[in-house]
Amino acid sequence: MALLQISEPGQTAEPHQRRLAVGIDLGTTNSLVATVRSAEALTLADESGRHLLPSVVRYGVDAIEVGEAAIEHAVNDPSNTIVSVKRLMGRAAEDLISLGKSSPYTFSTSESSVPKIHTRSGDVSAVEVSAEILKTLKARAEATLGDELIGAVITVPAYFDDAQRQATKDAARLAGLNVLRLLNEPTAAAVAYGLDSGQEGIIAIYDLGGGTFDISILRLRQGVFEVLATGGDSALGGDDFDHAIAEWILLQAGYEAVPGASLVRLLIREARSAKEQLATTESVDIAIETDDLKWQGTLTQLQMRELIEPLINKTIMACRRALRDADVTAEEVLEVVMVGGSTRTQVVREKVGGFFKREPLVSIDPDKVVAVGAALQADVLAGNKPDDEMLLLDVIPLSLAIETMGGLAEKIVYRNTPIPVAKAQEFTTYKDGQTAMAVHVVQGERELVDDCRSLARFELRGFPPHVAGAARIRVTYQVDADGLLTVSARELTSGVEASVDVKPSYGLTDSEIETMLRDSMDHASDDMHLRMLREQQVEAERVVEALDAALQTDGEQLLSATERSNIDQARQQLVEVSAGDDSDAIKTAIKQLEGACEDYVARRMNSNIRNAMQGHSVDEYAGKDQE
Amino acid sequence: MSITLTESAAERVKSFLDKRGKGVGLRLGVKTMGCSGMGYVVEFVDEINPDDEVFEDNGIKVVVDKKSLVYLDGTELDFAREGLNEGFKFNNPKEKDQCGCGESFTV
Repeated sequence: MALLQISEPGQTAEPHQRRLAVGIDLGTTNSLVATVRSAEALTLADESGRHLLPSVVRYGVDAIEVGEAAIEHAVNDPSNTIVSVKRLMGRAAEDLISLGKSSPYTFSTSESSVPKIHTRSGDVSAVEVSAEILKTLKARAEATLGDELIGAVITVPAYFDDAQRQATKDAARLAGLNVLRLLNEPTAAAVAYGLDSGQEGIIAIYDLGGGTFDISILRLRQGVFEVLATGGDSALGGDDFDHAIAEWILLQAGYEAVPGASLVRLLIREARSAKEQLATTESVDIAIETDDLKWQGTLTQLQMRELIEPLINKTIMACRRALRDADVTAEEVLEVVMVGGSTRTQVVREKVGGFFKREPLVSIDPDKVVAVGAALQADVLAGNKPDDEMLLLDVIPLSLAIETMGGLAEKIVYRNTPIPVAKAQEFTTYKDGQTAMAVHVVQGERELVDDCRSLARFELRGFPPHVAGAARIRVTYQVDADGLLTVSARELTSGVEASVDVKPSYGLTDSEIETMLRDSMDHASDDMHLRMLREQQVEAERVVEALDAALQTDGEQLLSATERSNIDQARQQLVEVSAGDDSDAIKTAIKQLEGACEDYVARRMNSNIRNAMQGHSVDEYAGKDQE
Repeated sequence: MSITLTESAAERVKSFLDKRGKGVGLRLGVKTMGCSGMGYVVEFVDEINPDDEVFEDNGIKVVVDKKSLVYLDGTELDFAREGLNEGFKFNNPKEKDQCGCGESFTV
């Protein structure tokens, strides 16, 4: 029978309805998958008990290999073995030219702007390579959990732009994974330590991996983590520690020639092992014995400290810059979270602790902490927690609106609405026979479109002509958990549809948002008057237009000369008033025109009914009712 | 009337409870659901209700509501490993038939 896990009280799922969800840390060097089982978040191992999956994909002759199997070939089949593909995600072909010299891959110039790597299995994109890594993790998770996954939370660096995030989502879709949401890596680390339900304030995430360093300054406010600043060095990591130690060995051994590749590899391996041992001991003995080099010696904590201190100082400088960018001081930082295997090194912990003047959080394995945080988030999003448990929410910073007649901004999603959210509203046509409608998507709190920020425009074309006001066009604003907005418009009688994707928060700084909010307060009453004026002007225009159309068809037949001149006079009056800025006067003029037209409207109605029934008898209609 | 836990099941429950940091025991139960009649409930217990029966085995409090006990009497809960997967297993003498996947059963 199926193997069962312990659920939270009252949260047992129905058979076949178990909501299995995972967190995935899709890393540059290594990737991990984690899940929550019986209230415990833990990373999942493969058959050999290994948790870390090297982010390496090899396009072999017979099969695609991922992880350790692929690594073995990195040396003898470099052009078909793809490492660090994360660095290529969401990049355009021209971005890669700078990378070209140092990269072993052949890039194909495809017709689209997406660069492809040439392998023996054909040209592959970064998205496709990432999808292979995700597929491997998905298979591991499903084998471990015994069922299909309903979704995954995938982590991305805080500095990833929209294109890089979209590429990550595309890779997941290709791997058959439903993305519950993308989560910033530093946020995931903070969640792993439960900081999301802790004290509000500033949190620093220090992430020193094998080849990259990232520092992120977050602010927790009302359950939402906001990224205040990011910084780092994409070419600084624990590997540099190993190099520094290897060079020291060569220096101690008095080796002066340029070492060959195999000797370098050996030295690096020895250096790494020495570094790892020094995380727990005071000194370590090193013995090198090759044809080229025979050496024995001891490396102490103190010596290693001297060797790597300059490298760590670089990271501390980046921390200082990030704090300055975030406009906070080291004293304001409540917690420092350590991420990445290189933060196991004692000296790193001391230096970071010294700079922020507090003990950094290290109790969760720094290699796994991001995946663990993602798994906790996935568990909440999959609905395995009681409702009262906090869900990490993002809100919409500024209202999302649509332009309506008269240049007015009609708000569809209000600011501070938690995402994900979908809201729909129906609109109609303004003129007879209209077959297209322009949709203008704006962001802001002001009443007039001119005072808001324009996000996107698109047209819904080719729906069947109706009389003004009869077409039904449903406009839907959908904001997903990553803040990506999709606007779609659909004419309901014909099903004609058009849509556009936008990222509303893109490019807006906090201070810009603040200015937009303040403006909307300062101009509140002006805006209200303007809005009322525009509304009356639009209404006046509509009335005049409808009247003109009617007069053209049957004005001659149905109106006497006096009546006609009364109507014309009232019409003229309305046109004049609506050019001004008195909304009440326009309203009155509309009323007057409507009054003058009252008889005419009644007569038109009668004549329309007569026309419609011509040639039919009333009995026919009565008969229909009885059927 | 009795419900028992194997040693390995008790050990896992204890460690999960410790890691969770709260909870007084393990709730076992049945719910009418699934493709073959009933499904098992395995949950942490934060509160014991008046109509619950409490058993203690291998140092673990097992909480079963009176309605479920009718279907579960004599059950031994085990912890098993199948390949990469691991989890709890009901050895229920009253169970007559399972659906193909073994997630729900009939008595």
